[in-house]
Amino acid sequence: MITAERKPMEEIFRLIEPYGKILLVGCNECVTVCHAGGRKEVAMLASALRMGRMKLGAPLTVDELTLERQCDPEYAEELAMVVDQYDAVCSMACGCGVQTVAERYQGLPVLPMVNTEFMGSSESNGVWAERCAGCGNCVLGLTGGICPIARCSKRIFNGPCGGSTKGKCEVSPDIDCAWQLIWDRLKQLGQTELYSQIMAPKDWRTARDGGPRRIVREDMAI
Amino acid sequence: MKSDSNLEKVLAAGNFAVTGELGPPRGANLQAIKDKASHLKGMVDAVNVTDNQTAVVRMASWAVSLVLKEMGMEPNYQMVCRDRNRLAMQSDILGAAALGINTMLCLSGDHPSFGDHPQAANVHDIDSIQQIQMVANMRDQGRFQGGAEIDTPPRLFVGAAANPFGDPFELRVLRLGKKVAAGADFIQTQCIYNMERFAEYMRQAVDMGLTEKTKLLAGVTPLKSAGMARYMAKKVPGMDVPDEVVKRIADQPKDKQAEEGIKLLCEQIEQLREMPGVAGIHLMAIEWEHRVPEIVERAGLLPRPQV
Ligand code: SF4
Ligand code: SF4
Repeated sequence: MITAERKPMEEIFRLIEPYGKILLVGCNECVTVCHAGGRKEVAMLASALRMGRMKLGAPLTVDELTLERQCDPEYAEELAMVVDQYDAVCSMACGCGVQTVAERYQGLPVLPMVNTEFMGSSESNGVWAERCAGCGNCVLGLTGGICPIARCSKRIFNGPCGGSTKGKCEVSPDIDCAWQLIWDRLKQLGQTELYSQIMAPKDWRTARDGGPRRIVREDMAI
Repeated sequence: MKSDSNLEKVLAAGNFAVTGELGPPRGANLQAIKDKASHLKGMVDAVNVTDNQTAVVRMASWAVSLVLKEMGMEPNYQMVCRDRNRLAMQSDILGAAALGINTMLCLSGDHPSFGDHPQAANVHDIDSIQQIQMVANMRDQGRFQGGAEIDTPPRLFVGAAANPFGDPFELRVLRLGKKVAAGADFIQTQCIYNMERFAEYMRQAVDMGLTEKTKLLAGVTPLKSAGMARYMAKKVPGMDVPDEVVKRIADQPKDKQAEEGIKLLCEQIEQLREMPGVAGIHLMAIEWEHRVPEIVERAGLLPRPQV
């Protein structure tokens, strides 16, 4: 899941300062699951903005809407009937959602209300942790299902580094050492021989380093 | 003076500056550097030493710069943002400055996909404009990028590159303005073949007062053959080679094309000398260092000033 957190209120007020009538748009997918930009958060932010602007003596009209999936043009289309009435769209979706809406409604400012953070999973109630960096060529099969790119602070492929202490990363005692986890898991799986092989330098072209990426599925394109 | 840079002195004295370029070898071959450099000695005011040019691994730019320094030449130490983060950059800058390197050029660098390690992760921790600002602050405020004080700040004449021909055109002068605002003491441009478009760019730069705040050296590269002209026209991103230029070289028989290229270059230099705001030229004679003496002689740029 893509995780996000609402931007600080001061920043949001700064962003919307020039506008008098906005449409606040949430998304039912990832940002709903991580409680950053679903219907509930849209309602909460909308009333906070109305009140805040009232206090500033610059009243704001805020209408609320939450799309099924904001990163999909099909759903972004649902705004077509109403967007003309607004000075700006404020999006509570991840950066993909913001850009999908911005691309569809070229002349309209589309402002992000959340900070999109990482691809993670839910560790426990209210805790999300980074799990994948989207490198485009997954090595989890060699590393006991634990990602050395997203979860090792130094992106080490042949770890652990000398800073690994009692299972924790040298960067912070709050961070598990990915290589401790990898090793523990390899032992559990009886695959410790995987560790003895030197992992070769990665081809980063499949990651962001090759330039922005696209997936084209000829079989599905119309 | 901000530095002990020969280029700074030449420009400050009001001379029309000439800089050259040297690509380090793809091996640990010291003699290769000395051979190439010998052609440039006394011919140019500073020699750009490229940094893993076109994303192909070569000998370290600071090391080759030091060799030139020892040969009594003024190196212009190039540094790209592609290969190092701000820590590595600043430590290399301190090292270079301590060893007597006085001039440096800040660049983003070509993308690794063009080079010999397309698999490489590219760093781009900061961009070239932030890099200019970082070096200028290291020198003028004696501060590292992170804010800490530098015990002995580096004294460097700081340069940047500009491409007057990339798109969108209206952003080109504005971007130059940003580089000047960031602290670029001098600018070297991409090779110029479209003189009209460059003249328009210079008009805008002069109008904005940029050429009073920075010294602009116009980039030129001799066309060695019709093949090269076509390659530059078609394959090099952000390069503008008008059809007439390609045609002029291609219309010559094969053995006369290089000569025509040099003739064209001399005419271009003549035009550039007349152009308001142009403080010098940057001669990129790619793998043609041995022809540089002939070129600068024929262009009437000798002798170089002793300052
Ligand atoms: S190896 Fe790559 S794809 Fe696999 S989890 Fe790590 S970052 Fe994600
Ligand atoms: S301590 Fe572990 S997780 Fe942290 S950088 Fe070293 S190997 Fe990576």
